[in-house]
Amino acid sequence: MKHLSEYRDAALVQGYLEEIKRISKKPLTLMEICGGQTHSLVKNGILDMLPATITMVHGPGCPVCVTSLAVIDEAVFLAEQANVILCSFGDMLRVPGSGKSLLEAKALGADVRILYSPLEAVKLARENPEKEVVFFAVGFETTAPANALSVIQAHKLQVENYSILASHVLVPPAMEAILSDTKNKIDAFLAAGHVCTIMGMEEYFPIAEKYKTPIVVTGFEPVDLLQGILMAVRQWEAGEYKVENQYARYVQRQGNKMAMDMIQEVFAVQDKVWRGIGEIPQSGFEVNETYQHYNARLKFNLQLTPVKENEACISGDIMKGLKKPKQCTHFGKACRPEHPLGAPMVSSEGACAAYFHYE
Amino acid sequence: MDCPLPKFDFDVITLGHGSGGLLTHRLLQSGVFDVFNNEFLNQQHDGAIFSLEGKLAMSTDSYVVSPIFFPGGNIGDLAVNGTVNDLAMCGADARYLTLSFIIEEGLPMQEFARILQTIKQASDQAAVQIITGDTKVVERGKGDKIFINTTGIGVVHPRAIIHHEAIRETDVIILSGAIAAHGIAIMSQREGLRFETDIISDTQPLKNIVLQMLDTFGEDIHFLRDATRGGVASVLNEVAGLTRLGFAMQQTDIPIAEAVEGACEMLGLDPLYVANEGLFVAIVNARIAPELLAMLRQNPASEQAAIVGTVSREHPGKVVMKSAIGGSRVVNFLTGEQLPRIC
Repeated sequence: MKHLSEYRDAALVQGYLEEIKRISKKPLTLMEICGGQTHSLVKNGILDMLPATITMVHGPGCPVCVTSLAVIDEAVFLAEQANVILCSFGDMLRVPGSGKSLLEAKALGADVRILYSPLEAVKLARENPEKEVVFFAVGFETTAPANALSVIQAHKLQVENYSILASHVLVPPAMEAILSDTKNKIDAFLAAGHVCTIMGMEEYFPIAEKYKTPIVVTGFEPVDLLQGILMAVRQWEAGEYKVENQYARYVQRQGNKMAMDMIQEVFAVQDKVWRGIGEIPQSGFEVNETYQHYNARLKFNLQLTPVKENEACISGDIMKGLKKPKQCTHFGKACRPEHPLGAPMVSSEGACAAYFHYE
Repeated sequence: MDCPLPKFDFDVITLGHGSGGLLTHRLLQSGVFDVFNNEFLNQQHDGAIFSLEGKLAMSTDSYVVSPIFFPGGNIGDLAVNGTVNDLAMCGADARYLTLSFIIEEGLPMQEFARILQTIKQASDQAAVQIITGDTKVVERGKGDKIFINTTGIGVVHPRAIIHHEAIRETDVIILSGAIAAHGIAIMSQREGLRFETDIISDTQPLKNIVLQMLDTFGEDIHFLRDATRGGVASVLNEVAGLTRLGFAMQQTDIPIAEAVEGACEMLGLDPLYVANEGLFVAIVNARIAPELLAMLRQNPASEQAAIVGTVSREHPGKVVMKSAIGGSRVVNFLTGEQLPRIC
């Protein structure tokens, strides 16, 4: 646990907290982008430790939460094909589609596997040449390089029974969508440390400039979060709007070139529907033309009729920071983790589930 | 190894071994009767006839773990220890076990022999006798190698009054050891994960330590529960719901091996919900807590025992944990299986 316990040090946390309390004068609405940050803030009890001047709102950075109903339906449809092994990261399994979740499809006989790495799916495809193996490639920029690598690997090894159902979403366009909303209340951002580990910080400078909004690239441990919050408060109090890097032990301004090259090689940027938010231009990755043989949508000619989201769910307002989970009339009543109305209640990183479990 | 592997004159289990005919007879003779040889099995009846004095407790459990062999044990010790421990949590000294197998055809006889040998060792260690049983074989694909059911009968300790209704505010919560080892050992085997240090299952019988606790502290032991599926968090939530008392824990007091904690971080799992197979939660009178803790720490089965929290009237029905950095959060029931996170 070395290199982790240092970032959970109670004395350091107290130090940052006292400094935040000392300098925070103006009310500040601060959004953490990433679901991992939300989870850590709530799990460690940090929200209740902050002074009343600071309101944390929980952004759209939970890939499970923003994956549209239509994409879940596509995954369920593929899983139900007789010859398909559908592989997925664990927490996508419980997300309800319009009919059922992957977990329910599995219970009814679909071959659904939980994997930790898309490369395992390529291996599975080689071991099962008579089957079609599809990897449900979900995530932000963080998981995109590994998913791209699996396609490159399959191509190199001439594995033809492998494809991916890509549902990648991108952080900067979502931040712009939030900031350009007329009802926007966000004063500053904690940007997602792991996304920036891959992509670097360049994309954030124009956003900070255009919307005059401080952005602090921040990690996930308690010390990271409090240091990130302190940096945002300092900028806010001084009337500055810079891009700063709290997570310098991993994040470099130019990002990870090798990872970005892999993304570039396999994916193309396209418009994308976010669950609860709607379509955001140029906010997702799809497999590009060069690798279209590995695009499950084309391989299986997926043309499902899109279905409407549950109107009772206010996940859009929650992910834009306009409402808190507990302001939803269904929270903890009609909408619970075992019976979610919308996705933020499903994943442990979803804001509603985090409040439900830990508050 | 103090008991030899049973010898069989065939390589795999076939449907014939469950037919009730000659193959079944030979399997039982060399696999079960020779290994567990005792006066009850030797009755060669359809059941066992026995007598026991005093208040009795009974418990049953089915074991379906996959993989059947894992670091620190196999399905055989789980099947014995699990039921012996369930009885111990009732304050009972397990005496007799039933043993039933549902075997998928094709199970290598060598593996079955190893499981039988382990069951023999585990039952000897827990001082419990296998007195009746059953063997069924199902077609390939209709099972998962082997399922085991055990049912146990035990004699309740005369001073045991273990029940959630005995829990009082100001009681102290004790864990008998470091958490989450079993679940992570299984998971790492299942996923083919390797860590720098071996993480092995904590499967072990808890009978002796519990009986020792009851001998010394009797009715001051208010509640016991082994924290198996669902882990420590689920046990405490169950009790909080039943008693409508509040349970508070301090994160830094919860014993956990560094390797296990690291593995949980990597796998995106919360160790409080991970299964244990040789660990119990004890809720006891605060007055005896220091002395009890000293006793637990002297026993190899519970040498990492720790006081992790207290019971109060605050936040009734809830389990609250103070985090390492001083914040606090509710520890809730888990909704379903714990699923690894994306990032």
